[in-house]
Amino acid sequence: MELPLSELALGECAYISRAGEQTDMSRRLTQLGFLPGTRVKCELIAPAGDPAAYRVRGALIALRAGDAGSVMVVPDSEVCQ
Amino acid sequence: MSREITVERPGPEGRIIALAGNPNVGKSTLFNTLTGLRQHTGNWPGKTVAVARGEYTHRGRRFLLVDLPGTYSLNAHSAEEEIARDFLTGGQADATVVVCDATCLERSLMFALQVMERVERVVLCVNLLDEARSHGIQVDLASLSRQLQVPVVGTCAGRGEGLEELMGEVEYVSHPKRKGEGNREPRTDEQRAALAERCAALAISRKGDDSLAGQRRLDRLLTSRRTGIPVMLGLLGVILWLTIVASNIPSQLLSDALFAAGEWMRKGLLAMECPDWTVGLLVDGVYRVLAWVVGVMLPPMAIFFPLFTFLEDLGYLPRVAFVLDHAFQRAGACGKQSLTMCQGLGCNACGVTGCRIIDSPRERLIAIVTNSLVPCNGRFPALIALITIFFVSEDGGLLTTLKAAVLLLGVLMLGVGMTLLVSRLLSVTVLRGLPTSFALELPPYRRPRVGQIIVRSVLDRTLFVLGRAVAVAAPAGLVIWLCANLAVGDGTVLSHITDVLDPLGRAMGLDGVILMAFILGWPANEIVMPVMLMAYLAQGTLVDAGDLTSLGQLLRQQGWTQMTAVCMILFSLFHWPCSTTCLTIAKETGSVKWTALSVIVPTTVGVCLCILVAAVGRLVL
Repeated sequence: MELPLSELALGECAYISRAGEQTDMSRRLTQLGFLPGTRVKCELIAPAGDPAAYRVRGALIALRAGDAGSVMVVPDSEVCQ
Repeated sequence: MSREITVERPGPEGRIIALAGNPNVGKSTLFNTLTGLRQHTGNWPGKTVAVARGEYTHRGRRFLLVDLPGTYSLNAHSAEEEIARDFLTGGQADATVVVCDATCLERSLMFALQVMERVERVVLCVNLLDEARSHGIQVDLASLSRQLQVPVVGTCAGRGEGLEELMGEVEYVSHPKRKGEGNREPRTDEQRAALAERCAALAISRKGDDSLAGQRRLDRLLTSRRTGIPVMLGLLGVILWLTIVASNIPSQLLSDALFAAGEWMRKGLLAMECPDWTVGLLVDGVYRVLAWVVGVMLPPMAIFFPLFTFLEDLGYLPRVAFVLDHAFQRAGACGKQSLTMCQGLGCNACGVTGCRIIDSPRERLIAIVTNSLVPCNGRFPALIALITIFFVSEDGGLLTTLKAAVLLLGVLMLGVGMTLLVSRLLSVTVLRGLPTSFALELPPYRRPRVGQIIVRSVLDRTLFVLGRAVAVAAPAGLVIWLCANLAVGDGTVLSHITDVLDPLGRAMGLDGVILMAFILGWPANEIVMPVMLMAYLAQGTLVDAGDLTSLGQLLRQQGWTQMTAVCMILFSLFHWPCSTTCLTIAKETGSVKWTALSVIVPTTVGVCLCILVAAVGRLVL
């Protein structure tokens, strides 16, 4: 049950199933640790609904919905860190 | 512009050491602690100079440390990342120290592994161990060393712990006869990530409950829909209120003392039979402006800056960027602009330099051009004085200081709003383009070292303002006095100048003296009000104005109304950047065109807004 990272609800955890295409942003995301198989958790959402902050590999990274949408994840509540 | 850095070996036995690592791992703290370079983090919050170099001597041997820009990867896409990569792989360094964050080890290791694939002779430095400990995280350094096959040293750079050991390993590894150790075969990103995950999992043990729960609660409070913005406004309001309150008494004491000293000086000079004009020049010209700057302008500046640095040290500012990003996105700008905007509250020149964190040239220019639309440290005292005199009573009681803080907050919000508006305008006209991607790391909250940072900041700031007072305010006072006392034709030089400026001034709801003060205040914003007051006094024969009450009387006698104060507040917010900022913009952009735009835009906003408000005021009142 894949969905874009941008649709992950607050407090939900997931595994990354697919990273985005070869754009500058997806390379940056890779460097930050957003790789297939990585665990992510949606920790914060800004008052305006966008951006959202994700816990990934120990760090907290804020991404805009547009960019987070290019990463596909599979929610998995057992993964919660 | 050459992108390469070349460094000189410090002596025949000296060694060159590169410092690399992700952003936010405490690399610069490590660098500063080792080299003793006072990088006045109070004055230049949050941003290190592109490539800093410094020397450290360990057991008689000199080491040149090169502090490379923090990067997430060696597959560089920005100029700073290219510099880091080129230096690391260029072979100039005898050894490389990769600094990792113990609270975020897995991600740090990804970078470290990448470095180890390309560079020989690496020492891994696991920093921020004290932070990790306070979160219940313990790192088994020996395990890491075994797994990665490189020396690993733990440090708390902020406390200076572990540095001897680190430099000992560095000396050992950087010996010219040593060959590199460790696994050097190139890996894919996935392989690297998997290895980092494994190493971190084996080396980290957590004590107690989920260590990050407290941080998470705080983050929720500061960024959630219901509480995020109110808390932000509240915090800023508290800082402004503290600035107002804490500067009241010192200001009073300083002003009284300085003016008493001034009178004493006058008597002394007269007793020594100095000619009247000399006394006038020295006491009424030079000394008076100096006294105003030190007595009235300095205390708020010396207090706001450290308070702000405290918030910054805490790690709060990225959260501000997080909350405001949407507004900036709609304005066609980068979310990180909120960070540079905040830095501009301390000092516009620092804000402009800080714009380096914005990768896209288009968005960086937007941030640079709009930076002076928020009031810097030097404009706060005048704003506080005007608000207090004309919109609040002057008794300094709790209610009045609260009211003043709220009004000042409102003024600041006006600056922020204008920043967004002008950014939007720029992004649809001269700086058109698509918004770039935005990824911002929110580092963990760190306990600010209050004693060290704050006290240093107060001292630094005070010295800086004092220095500038002597270098800039004193000569300005001299110039004003001369202009006010040199008769030319049927008036003084001063009256001629102000007469020329008066029509425009009146249209803006101000007058010629105020405009002249702003023009003369180009070198430093904090001298605008003192120069203006001096010019008023030189034209009249009134009493000295040392405190706010007599200041108010003086201004009202000059014909000031609340409308005048409003227009002055507006123009104070929106006028040309100070000389230091202009120079910084010229340096950062390397372009006359953009520097000119950075001057024209705020000035146009200010002039038009004042004219508009003054016209409406005349109609309505």
